[in-house]
Amino acid sequence: MTGLSELISRAGGVFLLPVAMAIVAFILIGAPSSWLTLTVAGLSMGMMIFLMASGLSLVFGLMDVLNFGHSAFISFGAFVAASVLAALGGWLGADSVMLNLLALTCALAAAIAFGLAGGWFFERVIVKPVYSDHLRQILITMGALIVAEQIILASWGGAPLNVPRPAFLEGSLLIGDASVDLYRLFAFGLGALVYIGLHLLLNRTRIGLLIRAGVENREMVEALGFKVDRLFIGVFMVGSALAALGGAMWAGYETLITPSLGAELMVVVFIVVIIGGLGSIQGTLLGAIMVGLADNYVGFLAPKLALASTMILMMLILLWRPSGLAPAVK
Amino acid sequence: MKGTLTVKTASLAIWAVLLFAPFLFQDVRSMEVAARIAVFIALVASYDLLIGYTGIVSFAHTMFFGFGAYGAAISLKHIGAGWGALGLGALAGVAVSLVIAVLIGLLSLRVKAIFFAMITLAAASVVLVLAQQLSGLTGGEDGITYKTPAIFKTAAKLMVDEDGKVVRLMGVKLNGKLAAYYFVFVTAALMFWMMLRITGSPLGTVLKAIRENEARAEGIGYKVVAYRTAVFCIAAVTASLAGSVYAVWLKYTGPDTALSFTIMIDILLMVVIGGMGTMWGAVIGATALVMAQYYLRDLMEAASTAVASVPVLPDLLAPERWLLWLGIIFILLVYFFPSGIAGTIINKGDAK
Repeated sequence: MTGLSELISRAGGVFLLPVAMAIVAFILIGAPSSWLTLTVAGLSMGMMIFLMASGLSLVFGLMDVLNFGHSAFISFGAFVAASVLAALGGWLGADSVMLNLLALTCALAAAIAFGLAGGWFFERVIVKPVYSDHLRQILITMGALIVAEQIILASWGGAPLNVPRPAFLEGSLLIGDASVDLYRLFAFGLGALVYIGLHLLLNRTRIGLLIRAGVENREMVEALGFKVDRLFIGVFMVGSALAALGGAMWAGYETLITPSLGAELMVVVFIVVIIGGLGSIQGTLLGAIMVGLADNYVGFLAPKLALASTMILMMLILLWRPSGLAPAVK
Repeated sequence: MKGTLTVKTASLAIWAVLLFAPFLFQDVRSMEVAARIAVFIALVASYDLLIGYTGIVSFAHTMFFGFGAYGAAISLKHIGAGWGALGLGALAGVAVSLVIAVLIGLLSLRVKAIFFAMITLAAASVVLVLAQQLSGLTGGEDGITYKTPAIFKTAAKLMVDEDGKVVRLMGVKLNGKLAAYYFVFVTAALMFWMMLRITGSPLGTVLKAIRENEARAEGIGYKVVAYRTAVFCIAAVTASLAGSVYAVWLKYTGPDTALSFTIMIDILLMVVIGGMGTMWGAVIGATALVMAQYYLRDLMEAASTAVASVPVLPDLLAPERWLLWLGIIFILLVYFFPSGIAGTIINKGDAK
């Protein structure tokens, strides 16, 4: 028994869970082609959720600030990107891949820029006065969320908004019998890139070292003379920008967005952060992938249960590991 | 003690107005406002027990409210419009609330407050979506309409004169609507009184101790998790009962009236505006916000048309934007008056 558990932990420990899920699902589903489609869908959904959740998790880990207004950035990202895409409609429909790509890059860049600026404003004005007071933090960020949602309603109206996709990401790829959406592949690739980028930033650079040290023991880092506050604004801005990027990707994935998008995704983001454990990028990725896979597999196997599946997953994991699978904050 | 006295007097005055509301304001809308205030006072008081007295932030309070409302609604619809069905439905709502509260409590009250907030938010939204989807049981988005016990029918006559007509007392018809209002009023007042008693009891003192210093409370020998779970259950049961009462008053239960996240935000606003941890603040907060909900929009409408010639202002003052203003007021309140109306008055008055 100890031999087995040692083997598992050496092979990756809790990070094997998504693989185990995929294997179980493969047996239950039976048909390899639909399994492949579902797995790719789950992975790409997981990656988009990871984009949204990573910032929240890091901000909490570093500064012990839980931002309930995080979902505002998801919605804003989605709407800003949708507006830019709609404005560049000519480039999107064009035959040239370059123009398509340019339009997409512009939209994503706009979302990121908005996230950075909004994150700075949010941190300075909303969150800073209530550091280290959880109750007021929750209340104030909640209030900010209400205001942000109303601003979205006021600027874009309450009607669902159609999001055009770039022409080169339309359609799907056939692998054997399985058809895989190109957009999903793209979302997965982008998410993976961001993860690798974050991982390198956190593990290979001086700033990353300081961030990780700050997560582990903030007072100590401050005592050594580093300004954690400044670091924190940076993390907050990047986190908000990632949320906006995630929202923008999600907008292209859904193709029809409403102002309640952020609030709906927020629940999933929370569940991911809880499952993964607060403060760690790896944990967030793990949680996001698991939630994405579970949602797609259960949606196929037992559509009625799809809704509750992420909730049940969270309950099970909390019973087993009360502070999440791979927390950085103890 | 001057501040406390002021707050208590104000709250009792509000209760007195509510008691005579049907005679003071005789139009239908005012009755709606009065009944909503009464129900929300009970609901907010039970939430204050959580957030103000124990320091637990839960976003699942509407979920319990909804359990009560849907319990009563489903039972009244399928069993029939009787007191038995109502009691059964309310009991079922309480039972479900209790089970879920114990589950959530034991599972997550031992972890950080912030985890708990996230978990309750997740649970509440899953229940909301379930209620919207299980249309066979809950009527989906449309909700359920049903009949309430016969005495609450508008046509019911509480007292008749010789001609068989409804007796009027000070110009008010003694009909079922009046009976329904007093049913709401009495049950809400009872629940509020219960909450007051709890905060004054030794249990209330322990809860405050947990809020102020958890480790110390644990050190003195109080089982913090057990107390937290218990108070979470008490609040859940009260919210559930308030839900059943409101379901009787509305004769309709749907996601918007019983489960939506807007109600949760309303409760939060009421607690913060009134003053967390004061209990009497619940009365002030609920009254202020419900009045604002019903009358602020009219005011904004008027203001919006008044400034119609100025460019941006009418848009900002449009009645649909009222939640925006409420959100801003909420943020400012949390910054500058974290203890709310009642808390501020108490602190100022008592300091003298």
